[in-house]
Amino acid sequence: MVNNIKSQVLSDQEVIDGIANGSTGELEYLYASYFPMVLQLVTKNNGDEDDAKDIFQEAVIVLYDRINSGDFVLSSKLKTFLYSVCRRLWLKRLNKNDRMSLNVQEQEELVAVENDLLEYQEKEEQFLLMEQSLHLLGEPCQTIISDFYLRNLSMQEICEKFGYTNADNAKTQKYKCLQRLKKLFFG
Amino acid sequence: MKKDIDFIEQADAYIRGNMNEEERRLFEDYCKKNPADASKYREHVQLLEKLNEYQNRIDFRSKLEHIQSKLEIPKITKSSDSNGIIKLWKNYGFNALIAASVALIIVFSTLWMSGFYSDVKDNSSKYSALKRDMNRIVNNVNAQNKVISNISSNVKPAAPSTFGGTGFALTSNGYLATNYHVINGADSIYVQNTKGVSFKTEVVYIDPTYDIAILEIVDPNFKEPASVPYTFKKAESDLGQDVYTIGFPREEAVYGRGYLSSNTGFGGDTIAYQVSIPVNPGNSGGPVLDDSGNVIGIINGKQKEADGAAFAIKTSYLLKSIEAISKDALNRKMQINKSNSLKGLSRTAQIKKIQDFVYIVKVY
Repeated sequence: MVNNIKSQVLSDQEVIDGIANGSTGELEYLYASYFPMVLQLVTKNNGDEDDAKDIFQEAVIVLYDRINSGDFVLSSKLKTFLYSVCRRLWLKRLNKNDRMSLNVQEQEELVAVENDLLEYQEKEEQFLLMEQSLHLLGEPCQTIISDFYLRNLSMQEICEKFGYTNADNAKTQKYKCLQRLKKLFFG
Repeated sequence: MKKDIDFIEQADAYIRGNMNEEERRLFEDYCKKNPADASKYREHVQLLEKLNEYQNRIDFRSKLEHIQSKLEIPKITKSSDSNGIIKLWKNYGFNALIAASVALIIVFSTLWMSGFYSDVKDNSSKYSALKRDMNRIVNNVNAQNKVISNISSNVKPAAPSTFGGTGFALTSNGYLATNYHVINGADSIYVQNTKGVSFKTEVVYIDPTYDIAILEIVDPNFKEPASVPYTFKKAESDLGQDVYTIGFPREEAVYGRGYLSSNTGFGGDTIAYQVSIPVNPGNSGGPVLDDSGNVIGIINGKQKEADGAAFAIKTSYLLKSIEAISKDALNRKMQINKSNSLKGLSRTAQIKKIQDFVYIVKVY
């Protein structure tokens, strides 16, 4: 199944629809089709294979976010979009690390991706904040919160899992955890 | 105003859809009436959204990590390095192969039909034959040069090849003459007559300067033939005289006829004549006779680059060598024949008589 998708030639819209539906096959297709291009871009410009993987992963996430934002219309070829995002990200990283950045080849078409990247960056900052908040929350709060709100466990199940003697204790614990998280996240 | 903990509890139930119709309406109404709690609700929902997005992102990243880990990087790197040519090959490689094989088949079948290959075969056999000739010439010249250098420098020459040469009887009791270069370096020497019988021989005298060797048949089976029919001419022969030789360039006796073309040998060498007789390796040591059955020389070499230029050691030097042999070294008396029984006979009759006294010298 996966191999089938990889060996087929998919249209950009098919790939986008597949990613919107959370399909893994289309993501694999994305990697198989466009990662080599990015690998070349990065390795020819002071980067290694791991850098290329990081960059490409970021770019796929940018695409993923754009697709999931609901109003995404592809204004160029998917390849061009990904290349532009990767190039921008890589230049940024080179600048940050004070490395040479003049060698980036301009052989591929480019599209403006600044807005997409800004959106992505905001999101990433929020995620980072969430990550730090959850980290500071510590255990058992972190697990209680994700069990209830992410894994949709019932209070009864959480009671049993954590060995609370009654549901009220669990409820109180959960409430306290939530309040702390709110404080940490919203500042 | 509800207690905060209860409100959150209800909000969770509302979000999860754990409320019935009645409860939902009550909760919504409550929010409308209490703006403070309504904004609390919005904040709660926002937090949960962020939490969910965060979790989604983590899940998505791990999905991508998984895909990445399955990537075959070396393969990709390779194809990205030269993807133009590889693409071209992938697309048209098969066609190119077919085109190439069709072209090959056409070329070779056309060549075959036009008889190119039969010509090639003929040419190549001619060519290799020519090569063999060339090799032989080179070998001959080398051998001859070796001989010449031996003669002039009197240095012990390198071992000759194991093939033999020709020898001829000096006396009827088993003394033979041949070339020194024929028997040089030999372990043992056998001679074989025209009837195919072999006899063991020993060297009784060598003269590297004149390229002469005297052999003695020591084999008990050797029976003395009739007396030697030819004589040895001490005086110089004249230019233009008809001469002939019998030798063993192969297993059979071969007759060669010609004339005396010069009174000196290779490079003006005065111990030899130049005779114009077709000779080949194996003729060395054969007698050169004139019309009246006198041995005038011993074939010892030839100059291959020049046509018909063979060389023969003059008989006078052979006789000098014989005189030099210490009588004590000999088992039998060496009586050189002085009466010629060939005079006046036809060439064929002469040869018939001589044949029994000419031997193949086999060197081991």
